[in-house]
Amino acid sequence: MLQRTMLQSTKGRAMMLQQLINGVALGATYALIALGYTMVYGIISLINFAHGEIFMVGAFVGLLMVATFKVNFFVAMLIAMLVCMALGVLIEWVAYRPLRKSSRLSALISAIGVSIFLSSLAQMIFGADAKGFPDSAFTMRRIHIGAADISTLQLLIIGVSACLMLALEFIVRKTRIGKAMRATSEDYNTAALMGINVNMIISFTFALGSALAAAGGVLVGLLFNSVSFNMGLMAGLKAFAAAVLGGIGSIPGAMLGGLLLGITEVFTVAAGYSSYRDAIAFAILVLVLMVRPTGLLGRKIQKKV
Amino acid sequence: MGEVLQAVIARIDPYFLQISVNIGIAIILALGLNVVTGLTGQLSLGHAAFMSIGAFTSALATIKLGLPFSVNLLLAGAISAATGALIGYPILRLAGDYLAICTLGFAEIVKVVFLNLELTNKAFGLSVPPPKSAIPLPIVVWLAALLAIVAVSFIRNSRFGRALMAIRCDEIAAESMGINIARYKVHSFAIGAFLAGVGGGLYAHSLGFINPSDFGFLKSIDILGMIVLGGLGSIPGSVIGAAVLSTAPEFLRFMANYRMLVYGGLLVFLMIFRPNGLMGGVNLKELVRSWRS
Repeated sequence: MLQRTMLQSTKGRAMMLQQLINGVALGATYALIALGYTMVYGIISLINFAHGEIFMVGAFVGLLMVATFKVNFFVAMLIAMLVCMALGVLIEWVAYRPLRKSSRLSALISAIGVSIFLSSLAQMIFGADAKGFPDSAFTMRRIHIGAADISTLQLLIIGVSACLMLALEFIVRKTRIGKAMRATSEDYNTAALMGINVNMIISFTFALGSALAAAGGVLVGLLFNSVSFNMGLMAGLKAFAAAVLGGIGSIPGAMLGGLLLGITEVFTVAAGYSSYRDAIAFAILVLVLMVRPTGLLGRKIQKKV
Repeated sequence: MGEVLQAVIARIDPYFLQISVNIGIAIILALGLNVVTGLTGQLSLGHAAFMSIGAFTSALATIKLGLPFSVNLLLAGAISAATGALIGYPILRLAGDYLAICTLGFAEIVKVVFLNLELTNKAFGLSVPPPKSAIPLPIVVWLAALLAIVAVSFIRNSRFGRALMAIRCDEIAAESMGINIARYKVHSFAIGAFLAGVGGGLYAHSLGFINPSDFGFLKSIDILGMIVLGGLGSIPGSVIGAAVLSTAPEFLRFMANYRMLVYGGLLVFLMIFRPNGLMGGVNLKELVRSWRS
């Protein structure tokens, strides 16, 4: 009832717009992380559980750059992306490549091992308590659109995420290496027979996914003004849920799934059910999978005899 | 009888006793997951949810109803199994990793619901009084673990178990052989949930305090690690995997802060050097035979 009366007023409409922008900003960061899951899954069918930790490392590198080396926020994000690219490739090389021929579950456990390793390493180095960005990192202003009160930080997050996703679309759709990526995800063996260096493509996919996760990490760190060693777990799980919601393996699916989860989560909190915020993403996921078993934009799995 | 057993237990070093109880509970949990993931081939990332359902059922049964421990554990297992069957029906239609994420999602939902429920004391957790039983808890745990090993061995070698393994190998081939896939999957899910529920009940009473957050994603992964490390589908493997991973934090205690770091690294290395698990592809009977000759 209360919601309804609020909706009818102009103030209610402004409130809706504001929450929508909150949701899109949060969802965009989920989408950035989800893209890494979906790309890696598309190529080697591995749920890369270490991906959430790469996001966390990205946030810490960004924080370190801004707080200690006093670099510009955008430069810090770029450095975080580069560091995480290297980290992603290294992880694939050490922990997944030797297991490529063995069962997928072994690789999954190996990924979980990497994830535990990275988060405890971060706890050792940076301590157990959450850290915030210095105020100088980004001077936030508030913009008023009608009665809605929107911060420039949210617009920045939406803008940066959109640019990164467009860049990714360009790489995947228009470049030679993107074509090779699509071929590898279509059929690993045939792609190798066609002379595609599959190992290089897999490394490249990890590098791309990790860079996006790092950017997401810096943006989330700034959005909540909190960076901690265990931030990767929940964010990683939710992003994975977003990837599956959109249809795992599908790049537009990951974007859609991320936005959808972010928006629903924000509206759940706004409706006063904030203690259920971590469950809502998964509840939606389970419900959607009941109706569409391969996600919103996922390809139908054909049963072959 | 009870006094004699109490006296025997009192002579054992409490530290060793606690570790053996932890191993026993881990064995029960791992065997349950092994039926679902090892035998039937359905990856579940939410085993801890059934454990938490069992733990809270059992704790509440002791607190509110004062049931004797054996009935209490059976009730915990039964409610957990019923929940497993109930959610199993819709989600077991999903293929592969879609199923995995659904079980994960279910576990998160269970955790959040328990965190918000008045009955489970919300986020404060429940203190669990000692169980109503003449037999001391460690012996109950060992007996339950032994029973679980025997029961799962029987399941594995029965017609039912062979049907489960057929589903793991090839669903379509199994279906054309007349195996009702949906039914067998739900049954295996319920068996796994039952064992998790019993394990959860034992866990609640052995620890004396439970909190919904203890049964998160990491707990599920812990159990999955045990069966993958031991070798999927292998019963001795589950036992060894459970024993190794549940005592690993104790072995690694001397490293203090480096403990989890080493644990993570260890998981990676074990997988790289034994990708099929410690007991994967090892046949115990043949091993014994080759030693004798």
